[in-house]
Parts: sequence; C-alpha cells; structure tokens
Amino acid sequence: MSAIAAPGAGTGLEPLGLWARLSSGRTLPVLSILLVLIAIWYVAAFSLNAPFQRRLDGESAPGGTLAFVERTLNQAKPTLPSPHQVAQNVLENTFLRKVTSNRSLVYHAGVTLSSTVLGFVLGTTLGILIAVGIVHVVTLERSLMPWIIASQTVPILAVAPMIIVVLAAVGITGLLPKALISTYLSFFPVTVGMVKGLRSPETNHLDLMHTYNASPAQTFWKLRLPASVPFLFASMKVAVAASLVGAIVGELPTGAVAGIGAKLLSGAYYSQTVDMWAALVAGSVVAALLVTLVGIASRVVERAMGARPA
Amino acid sequence: MRLRFAWQPVLALALLILASFFPSMTMGALDAEANPTATVQVPFDGTSTLISLLLAAGAILSLVRLPKTAEALILLVASFGAAWMLVSGISGAEGSALAPFFLKLAASWFLAWRAASVLSNLSPISASARTLLRLLVPALFGAWVLILWEAIVRGAGVPFILLPPPSAIGLRLVSSVPTLWADVNQTIFKSVIAGYVAGCGLGFGAAVLADRYGFLRRGLLPIGNMVSALPIIGVAPILVNLLGFDWQSKAAVVIVMTFFPMLVNTIAGLSASGHMERDLMRTYASNYWQTLLKLRLPAAMPFIFNALKINSTLALIGAIVAEFFGTPVVGMGFRISTEVGRMNIDMVWAEIAVAALVGSLFYGGLALAERAVTFWHPSVRGG
Repeated sequence: MSAIAAPGAGTGLEPLGLWARLSSGRTLPVLSILLVLIAIWYVAAFSLNAPFQRRLDGESAPGGTLAFVERTLNQAKPTLPSPHQVAQNVLENTFLRKVTSNRSLVYHAGVTLSSTVLGFVLGTTLGILIAVGIVHVVTLERSLMPWIIASQTVPILAVAPMIIVVLAAVGITGLLPKALISTYLSFFPVTVGMVKGLRSPETNHLDLMHTYNASPAQTFWKLRLPASVPFLFASMKVAVAASLVGAIVGELPTGAVAGIGAKLLSGAYYSQTVDMWAALVAGSVVAALLVTLVGIASRVVERAMGARPA
Repeated sequence: MRLRFAWQPVLALALLILASFFPSMTMGALDAEANPTATVQVPFDGTSTLISLLLAAGAILSLVRLPKTAEALILLVASFGAAWMLVSGISGAEGSALAPFFLKLAASWFLAWRAASVLSNLSPISASARTLLRLLVPALFGAWVLILWEAIVRGAGVPFILLPPPSAIGLRLVSSVPTLWADVNQTIFKSVIAGYVAGCGLGFGAAVLADRYGFLRRGLLPIGNMVSALPIIGVAPILVNLLGFDWQSKAAVVIVMTFFPMLVNTIAGLSASGHMERDLMRTYASNYWQTLLKLRLPAAMPFIFNALKINSTLALIGAIVAEFFGTPVVGMGFRISTEVGRMNIDMVWAEIAVAALVGSLFYGGLALAERAVTFWHPSVRGG
C-alpha cells in the first residue's frame, strides 16, 4: 500500500503515531510528571533518612546496598516518609478500620467535613446577601467594597486559634467556631463573583426589562439572578476549597481532638510523620471531592436552566 | 420651608424621642439621683442634653432642602460630635450604660449613614473631588465600625479578655512597638520576603518553561489547577519538622504556597496576546525570545500581577501559621499563639492590626506597581 492510498491521505492530516497522539492529550503528560514527582520524592526520602539509618545500623550492617535502601525507605518514624508508606497508611486507616475508630481517617475527615460544609453554606449565603446589597444600594457599594477587599489582606487564618479560644471562653464550642472561620474565608470569593454576575446582564437586556415596565424586584429575579448563576458556581468552587482550609486550621489549636487538623497537630507533636502525610492526603481527597461536587451541581443546575453543554 | 425626607434622620428623631422617656443614661446617674447628698462621679453630667440637642438639630436641619455638601457637613458634625461625647462619657463607667445610651448611639449612627449616602450620591465635576469622595466614604464606614465597637464594648461592659475596645488595642500597639517590630522583622523580612520572591520566581520560571514545551504545559496545568484547591497549608507542620524551627522552614512553606498560583496565572497570561499581534511579530521576523520579551510577557502582566496579589496574602498566612508549629521565641505567629495562651487578647489584636497593615501596604504597593507596568490595560486607562 503506497502512501497515497493510506487512510486519511490527501486530507492534509497526517495520521498521528501512538506517541504523538498520547502526548497531545492530557493523560500522558500528567502521568509522566506525577511519576517524576514520585521519583524525586523517593530520592529525597532516601537521602534524608539515610544518615539516621546509618547510625541505627552501626558497624554491623546486614546485607548489601539494596537491603540498606529498603530499610531506609521503611523506617517507623522517618524524617520524610516514602510514598508507599503514606499510601499504605492511608489505605489502612481508610478501609480497614471501623468508621467510628479514633484512628480512622474517614472519621476525622467527616468531622472536618461537617464544619466545612456549615461554614461554606453560611459563607455563601452571607456573600450572596452582601453582593445583592452592593448591587442595589450605592451607599453600601461605596462604603463596603474597599473594606471587603481590605478584609482579605487580614491573615485571618493567623487569628483562627484566638477566635476558637475566645469563643470557647464564652461557651461556644464544637462545630460553630470552626465554621465561622470557614465562613469568613468563603464569603469573599462569593461576594466578588456575585457582584460581577449580578452586573453581567447587558444594557440591552436591562433596557428590555425597562420597556416591559419591570419592577427592580422582577428585574432581579428574572434577569440578574439567572445571569449570575455561572459566576456563582465558579466562585463557589474557590469558596469550598477556602472553607476546607479554614476548617483544618481551626482544628489546629490544642483542644480539638478530632478532625484532619487535629490529626496533623498530633502527628507533629509525636513525630508521627507518616500519619501527618496521611492526614494531608485525606485533606486533599476531601478537597478534590468537594470541588468535584460543586462542579457537578453547577452542570446540573445550568442544564436545568437551559444552558447548552459547553 | 421645603422639606426633603430621608428615612435615616426620621428614624434618628424617633429614637431620640424614645430616649427622652428614660430618666438617665447610666446607672451612675440613677445612683446619684437616689441619694443626692453623696458626691458620686456622674457620667454624662450635663452632656446628656447636649448630645440629644446636637443630634436633633442635625437630623432636623438635614430634612431641610439645603445644598448637598452643607447637609453632609451638618450631619457629619452632629454624628461625630455626639459619638465623641458618648464614647468619652462612658469611658470610666464601663458596663453601666442604659437604654438611652444605645438609642443615642444608634441615632448618631443613622445620621452618619445618611451623610455617607448623601456623599456617595454626589458626582462632583473635578477629578480630585471625586478621588476625595472615593476615599472619604469608606473611611467613614471604617471610622464608624471602630466607634460602634468602642461604644458597645464599653457601654455593655464586655470583658476586655473577650473583646478589647479599639482604644485599648491602640494603646497596646503604641506601648509595645519594639516587640512588634522584632516580630515583623522575623516573620516579614526573613520568612515572607525570602519565600515570596523564591516562590513567585520559581513559579514564573516553571511557567515560561511550560509555555515553551507543550508536553510540560499539558502535564503541569491540570496538576496546578488541582493543587490550588488543596489545603496546602497542611504542609506547614511537615516542613517545620523537616527544616527546623528557624525562618528557613517558614520560607519553604511560603514557597510551596505561592508556586502554583504563579504558575497557573503566568501560563494563562502567556497565551493572552492576540493572534494579530503575534502575526505582526512574525512579519518582523522576530525570534522566540524577542516575541516573549516584547509582546507576550507585557501582555501577561495583568495575570502575573493577579498572582502576585493573591500570593501576597497567601505568603503572610503561610508564614504565620507555620510559626504555630515551632519557632524561635520571636515572630508574629509565635506571639499570637503564646499571647492567646496568656489571655492577653489586646496584644493579639495589636499583632493582627500590624499584620493587616503590612498586608494592606504590600497589596497597595503591588497595585501601584501594576498601574505603572500595565498602563496600557483598559482597567487602568478607565476605558
């Protein structure tokens, strides 16, 4: 078969080789970069843990170099745990333990998740309310908007422990203080996004509502609110990630006994490095889940509102 | 005489009338009336009526159709004058305020609200007056947050341990400048600056590389987008464990936190220049580096500054939180966590105020630099 008769010949599109096709997608690049990262991690774990292992072995080192490498990568309390130790710890504490057990990552993730969700709901509601106020009242816009932006330069995470301690002194403990920190972190992206979204209808559309003699309330419900939905979901993705960070940091001060943040802190105190990394992995999984959920919700809502799938 | 009704002054007048039914503003005044022979220090001795008169005059005058600027001025004088008398009267008699105190406070707040709404509906012709207004209205709001905080905390007698009034925080701030300066020096000038410069630099470098090699870009971009949703702050205890207690571990946390926002934004920015402009560069026979330096980097600047702004807050948070996990006995995070333990809440608030100030200065500096660098951008030209 000559080149002329090959399938796709003459269309100007060269049939791509397997390698070219794989590397023009996303999967292969992402996988290879992840592999490189894991390789770097192993090398780093070995070089950081090796000195301690040498001291541990002393003069009588059994086995050859390979056995030494294996021991180095499987220390009980390594300086930097190796990836397979972390993976093993995560799997053990996720699937093999009872959900109610204190060592179960599912249990800790659940505790963090509950305050994240409460804070996220509060923050989103607050953000939407502030945005509606800003769009409709000039005084609010002029006086609030600069402060809302300035409020984000306050490193609120740094004061999270104080808020927890002070609220505990008043008698408010448990879910709410952590959720308040999440609220503070998550209202900002929602406010900014919603202000943009509520202002997104074109002048043409606003004029059309005007010719219909629509009241401000009608314009709000029938034009501004629907137009703001894509903006709302985009900022909710940012907000849900932020409120997870708030919940985790809210668990850091001593006193919190459960949650991913508490797990991180106790790991730091007792040098349980593998546990710390496992907690971090659990937090990342929860974050990915939350963002995916918001993404699915946005697709469902937008389809229900008649948007064409992009 | 023609009137112009607005709900805030009317409500303020109603509150004042309501307040006049109560005999006195504080418990101290009640005690003094009960036994007139005793020489009790009475708060608001004489100023009580003055406050009411000032507020009532302000409210009534603002209902008269006056020039807008005159109306705003009258309202401001009345509300701030009354607020000043209220706050200075209650200090020394904390927790003894009765209903009229709060009613008058609310009345003066409504007058200030009216002033802000008059001011924000003004549209002066000269540019400098517009700038002044743009600063004045938020400043009014900020001032009133402080006034209400001060008056309510003092009036209701909230324990200082829970929420100190702003004046106490200010005093603490002024009296412990050396400590605060040492903390800023450790946290900002050592950890944050080093980590910020290194993190943003690395992110920028990686983005330029990723832009050059498509394989790297397709691999890094999904990872970078995912990482931006992760609670990266969790690496703080791990890095402190690895690198020790001094500023290096904090700088490392800052690097990890600032790397990915810079990477993702710069990659997005480098593809922001239009096809027309790129074609033009081709017709000039410019090579990759010339196109990068003269067209694509300048076009990416708004994105890069966006990342720099996001990172300025992240860097501060990263360094302070990392200090919770171990630090030499100096630093903002260290001070916050130890003073919380000692219940010196005013010192914590002073530290927060300093952090907010540094954060705002950092952000403001970046915003100014952005205006200078991206002078061509529509958002700066006001087009």
